[in-house]
Amino acid sequence: MNLGERLGRRRVLRGMLGGTAVAVGLPFLDCMLNANGTALADGAPLPTIFATWFFGCGLNPGRWEPKSAGKLADLGPELEPLRPYMSKINVMSGFKVHLDGKPALPHITGRIAVQTGVVPAAGQKTALPSVDTIIADQIGTKTRFRSLEVSCIGSRLSESVRAGNIMNPSEVSPAALYTRIFGPDFRDPNAADFVPDPKVMARQSVLSGVKDQLADIQGMVGAADKVRLDEYLTSLRQMEQQLSLELQRPEPLKACSVPTQPAGEMPPNAEVSTMLNNHRLFVRLLASALACGQTRVANIALTEGLSTLRKSGSAVIHHTHTHEEPVDPKLGYQPNVTWFIQNIMTAMGDMIATFDGFREGDRSLLDRMLVWVTSETGYAKMHALDNIPTLTVGGANGRLRTGQHIQTAGDPITRVGLTVQQAMGVPVNDWGADSMGTSRTITEIMA
Amino acid sequence: MIIRKLCAIAVLTAAFVVAAACAEADPAGPARLVGMRRITQEQYRQIVADVFGKSIRIGGRFEPDQRDAGLIAVGASQVSVTASGFEQYDDMARSIAAQVVDEQHRPAMIPCAPAALHAADDACAGKFLGSVGATLYRRPLTQRELADEIKIASDVAGRLHDFYAGLGSALTGMLESAQFLFRQEVGHADPADIAHVELDTWSKASRLSFLLWNAAPDPLLLDAAAHGELDTKSGLARQADRMLASPRLEAGVRAFFTDMLGFSAFDGLAKDPVLYPKFSARVAADAQEQTLRTIVDLLLTRHGDYRDLFTTHETFLTPLLGAIYRIPVTTPDDLPDAWVRYAYPKDADQAGILTEASFVALHSQPGRSSPTVRGKALREVVLCQKVPDPPGNVNFALVQDTSNPAFKTARQRLTAHRSEATCAGCHKIMDPIGLGLENFDTTGAFRAMENGAPIDAAGELDGIKFTNATELGRAIHDNPAAPACLVNRLYGYAIGRTPSKEETTWMHSELTRAFTGGGYDIKALLRKLATSDEFYRVASPDRRAGDPAPGKLALQGGQP
Repeated sequence: MNLGERLGRRRVLRGMLGGTAVAVGLPFLDCMLNANGTALADGAPLPTIFATWFFGCGLNPGRWEPKSAGKLADLGPELEPLRPYMSKINVMSGFKVHLDGKPALPHITGRIAVQTGVVPAAGQKTALPSVDTIIADQIGTKTRFRSLEVSCIGSRLSESVRAGNIMNPSEVSPAALYTRIFGPDFRDPNAADFVPDPKVMARQSVLSGVKDQLADIQGMVGAADKVRLDEYLTSLRQMEQQLSLELQRPEPLKACSVPTQPAGEMPPNAEVSTMLNNHRLFVRLLASALACGQTRVANIALTEGLSTLRKSGSAVIHHTHTHEEPVDPKLGYQPNVTWFIQNIMTAMGDMIATFDGFREGDRSLLDRMLVWVTSETGYAKMHALDNIPTLTVGGANGRLRTGQHIQTAGDPITRVGLTVQQAMGVPVNDWGADSMGTSRTITEIMA
Repeated sequence: MIIRKLCAIAVLTAAFVVAAACAEADPAGPARLVGMRRITQEQYRQIVADVFGKSIRIGGRFEPDQRDAGLIAVGASQVSVTASGFEQYDDMARSIAAQVVDEQHRPAMIPCAPAALHAADDACAGKFLGSVGATLYRRPLTQRELADEIKIASDVAGRLHDFYAGLGSALTGMLESAQFLFRQEVGHADPADIAHVELDTWSKASRLSFLLWNAAPDPLLLDAAAHGELDTKSGLARQADRMLASPRLEAGVRAFFTDMLGFSAFDGLAKDPVLYPKFSARVAADAQEQTLRTIVDLLLTRHGDYRDLFTTHETFLTPLLGAIYRIPVTTPDDLPDAWVRYAYPKDADQAGILTEASFVALHSQPGRSSPTVRGKALREVVLCQKVPDPPGNVNFALVQDTSNPAFKTARQRLTAHRSEATCAGCHKIMDPIGLGLENFDTTGAFRAMENGAPIDAAGELDGIKFTNATELGRAIHDNPAAPACLVNRLYGYAIGRTPSKEETTWMHSELTRAFTGGGYDIKALLRKLATSDEFYRVASPDRRAGDPAPGKLALQGGQP
């Protein structure tokens, strides 16, 4: 009997809490993973991967939520492209951002609150990190890239924010992302030969010197600048980590297949067909990067919160349509807005298909992923902060139960963020502030 | 190239090290870092060009800038270097260093030859690194820093058996160091005035140089700093006057207006190519250049009144811009893309920089104009008046439903929208002035009709009525908030943050008053700021509690 069999996750929880319906943030132990998982050469399971997938301007209320809670038996018409993957997703409806009297800045407050668990007070910015960076600090410190961010509309902004309001910028060009990952500094884990490059050691000396000089100013700074210097130091250390990995023979990864330079990239912009094209290229590249062990965290921004997606030849962008387009009395929804939503859902379906189609033995890459899908608003026409659509995709190496519809009547959306962090092994028991504060894990989806 | 000049004054380099060594034991008390601004892409490029010349290529992507309180210069005090940003800085640093030490460039770049190509040479490495380091770090290297750099060069040269590889490695490290990537402002607390910190001489030099030239201090300024000249009124004035008289002032003024006018947003600007096939990235670049040329011509070349930027008929065009504006532009046969001076006819409906594509195209949607967006930008960018964010739960249906036959023009649609009480408060301060620019479509092209109905560009700005864009320009020209805003933005740009209450008081009483009383001359304003004691005396960071929080800057331009 191995440790995983002797010491299951539920057994630990029951032992600690007497089986009550409470979850606590336990660092996930790899020994508890499903024994059927494809493993590394030394028998360790392939690591769990986290990703975010963000789109702006929400969905039409009543057109995406499954009818009943519990086992996922149906999907609203707007989620139709996800139907082939119903067993691999969880749909969560009814979650909201509680403002506690603080101002609702359209498309901003919702984004910050979902990602950081806190609604900023009037005139203030949050200095808190987003969920993905918390998870990246937990699981991404041993990989070449702590995380990778991409944006599909040409904006380098991202939803990934580190402490101190420091944003991880997005890549906007698949070709640039390819070079960054698979360019000259890439070490093929399955290459027959491995010869450490002495120039890499020289680069380590350089970084060591840069780090030493930083000590001269660290004692001179105030608190705010200290956070910024610390972030610089963290980035420098990440580069040291990259160089360190370049000097080690990488662990062979059978599913790692080095892709060729992506073909067909279109100059990035918010026109829908361009977005879909570049999103497809990005997702394929990220799948390869994940399978090749280059990172364990990926952040995909399909649009910004205020979606600037546009249809070729049309004068009006997605966001503007959400506010100005009348609801068609026969259809019961805004046709042009819905056209954009259909395309966003097509992209989501493509993302899931790509990760699910990437085989790792008898499993798929998606099986060891947890993709957290969010928007920043519910019904964009009204800038509503209730019923914000959010989903999880993938089984996270057996850590999540999938195929569920979690339906609430206004629970804080921080419950989802908390659950996601716990599933990824972050030792957190409660998360968020004021009415957004919660310690209530969504136990229905925790394996 | 600065490197040559620096090498030619090797004695100066030696003096730097001595001066820095002295500074390390400053009797004024422990040094404090009171400001830390990440250098901008433009500053990075300029410093590298100043040190190594323009033949060194800089490839790579810079971290996105962050705009705060209307300025990237203020946002620069809040950003750091992310992991992906560090990768990029590392790539750029290695590329620059490799070029500097390659066989083609090294004779011009490196002031000495090593005793042996395959081994370290500490003396030669120190000579090179000490001289370039002074400009890269905007101060002389301390003895320890120089020793550390020489050691890196020596270690790598020994490991790779290549002197120049070692030198390149040390240079790479300097180019990705926090000392280079952040403008670090250091001061010493004044025991007699605990509320303030007096910047050290090197930080003063940097403030002066980045304000006037958007560049690191040149050798003459560093020399003046090393000799304490910037601590005297006459010495400071001498350096300020030298720099104000230099052609490099243009780069500084361009950088400021590029920031103030928000031109960084052009990076992501797109117009629907089906609806507006003439608009391109090249047009967008020309649009910015048109306005910057107009600014430099009026404010620096002709020493004009800042307010005239909003009414001037003088401008510059290229054939590409002419196609947008529907103005024939003739250029020499051998220079088809040349810039030509152009004057709008006196009775034209177009005059002033707000009627140029750099404003009306930048503040529009991809497929159509937006009086609200333009009105908001005009309030916030030109008058420094913060427009509140829109409330939730608003019915936007009437705003621009162009299919509704009752509301053909934007004015008709917005008027209907403003009938909603929750919307009226904000829209009435945006729309009436934005509608004054409705004769310009989303690319900047003039139009008299929208959807077959004539455009009415009449409106009102703070009680001043106008009937078209040129009269709107006149209303802005005459609005006291416009010059006050310019001063506010320039001061925030110079100090890298929102002024404290105390600084705001000083700004109004000294800078704004001098500007409005002195013919609205930006060069005189720059001199006033650059030579003032207050510019180099910083409120102690823990005494800035009175600073207005970001986002609470309503009417920050205010009245003098």
